[in-house]
Amino acid sequence: MAAPHDEAAAWSEEAARRVWAGAVPLQVHLHDADVTALPPPPAFLTLGPRIGYLPLLIPVIKAHFSNALPPGVDTVWFEYKGLPLKWYVPIGALFDLLCADPERPWNLIVHFRGYPSEILSPCEGEDSVKWSYMNSLKEATFIITGNSKSVMNMSHADQVALWESVMKGNLDGYKSISTRLKIGPFEDDGLVRTASAERKRQQNSDEPESPGSSKPCRVPVRLYVRNVQEDLEYIEDAVPVSDWEGVSYINRPFEIRKVEGRSYITLEHALQTLLPEFFSSKAASRADGSHPAGALDSAADSSDATNSSRSSKEAEQALASPREVGAAKKTKVKLVRVQGIELDMDIPFLWVANNLKNPEYYLHICVYVGTRKQ
Amino acid sequence: MGGSPVWDGTLSLDSFNTSAAALVKRWKEIEVDDSLPEWTWKPCSKSRVPLEVGGYLALERVYSSCGRSQEQIEEMEKFDDAGDVAWVESSSDNVHVYDFHVVYSFSYKVPVLYFRGYHTSGQLLTLDEVKEGLPSHSQKVLSESKWTFITQEEHPHLSKPWLTLHPCATSDWMKLLLEETKATDKERSLQYLPACMYGD
Repeated sequence: MAAPHDEAAAWSEEAARRVWAGAVPLQVHLHDADVTALPPPPAFLTLGPRIGYLPLLIPVIKAHFSNALPPGVDTVWFEYKGLPLKWYVPIGALFDLLCADPERPWNLIVHFRGYPSEILSPCEGEDSVKWSYMNSLKEATFIITGNSKSVMNMSHADQVALWESVMKGNLDGYKSISTRLKIGPFEDDGLVRTASAERKRQQNSDEPESPGSSKPCRVPVRLYVRNVQEDLEYIEDAVPVSDWEGVSYINRPFEIRKVEGRSYITLEHALQTLLPEFFSSKAASRADGSHPAGALDSAADSSDATNSSRSSKEAEQALASPREVGAAKKTKVKLVRVQGIELDMDIPFLWVANNLKNPEYYLHICVYVGTRKQ
Repeated sequence: MGGSPVWDGTLSLDSFNTSAAALVKRWKEIEVDDSLPEWTWKPCSKSRVPLEVGGYLALERVYSSCGRSQEQIEEMEKFDDAGDVAWVESSSDNVHVYDFHVVYSFSYKVPVLYFRGYHTSGQLLTLDEVKEGLPSHSQKVLSESKWTFITQEEHPHLSKPWLTLHPCATSDWMKLLLEETKATDKERSLQYLPACMYGD
């Protein structure tokens, strides 16, 4: 019995290492209006950790541009193709969301003046990022365990050490503290190992928890839903996001309910539950049935749509109720990306949650949906 | 439900919607203060993405000033329209306008208050300016717990930075407020938001 468990643990270990080592090559340009030197300074090349945040790069970026900056107080922010970047979104999630075709290096513009306070929350550098991180961790802990006590009761030293490990990408340091928080991993049976569950388990180890008494397990998920043209043939041709209005940000836990006759919950099923409006009615109805559904059938159909396949699909939709058809016709999932990976939709959702999560225990999922122009 | 354990102070989405409707209704009935605007329900739909039916409560354009009534402020606004710029500028510095939204948090399963303040000119208030308008007790709490009381966060439906009262202790408060009432689940959801308001 030990062998498969060890193997799974080794895979998880490997996945965590890769997530933590993941980085986006960045080429940072100083905004024209902030340049006070001639010739203008060359762009700055650096690696942005996927699990990191843009303001954490400010010290090195500022050092590089220091000779070209105007005098006065700096309020630093980043822009990509005219869009001010939200500093509290991890770099990896921003990249997956905004670069349909992964652009390497990713060309960003850094501003030292004119902070767009109507669009972005104020940022006081590392301190703000740290507290945004701690708040997210607290929220994730609440979602998973039903309270935030393990985070609230952390010693100051542990809090500092935990944050330092995240900031420096030190996975071993992070693990030594985060395991003490006792929030996860999610188990295959849809239960989560928490401090109280652990005690219960030790008290009556032979007796499985009665299904009625266990609370449904909740997984912290942050979804970024980006609209692209419905008739888009290649995802890389998507029109760049010019305004955050074009992105729906959904901060909503996924509640796992054990379904009779299903061995595990697929990523697809989780997304259907979280975003029912983006899956065709055909797939949605199948998802409630016993066999794992293939909602992306329809998305795949449309990407290489010939007139004949489209018309047959429309015929199928005609059988569904008119309201559902309307929704299904309007939007379709084109791409799902987590940690830069386009995931197989049949992958077990809990594996994704356990292994591809960020260090604040949130799973950041980018979804591209085709939307009919209105 | 049958044999439900001790209520934990949280609310389901359905109960939130029910409670929101109850608040809108009761607010109209009790006529708190004629000068106060009314709570309204704002259904939310992103322009291009048809999301599920949902919404939030809003109480907008609430005037706040040091010792002035709503009528006096309105009077001042008339001056503003008449172009009496110098006078208005010196006095409207003390007038702040607030918008309040109550949004359901799926994470904490409680309603969360989002708010923002601005000058009559439309210029947003900074956190420091908002702080100055708080009662002294709240100012003290804020200085002691900078990051757990009022924080600046993105409004879940508007994707813009707003201020929020951190929701992590809301359920404990609501438990204290309502658990003695021995109400049924349904009654409780009706009382939840109104109790929130008076509790403040």
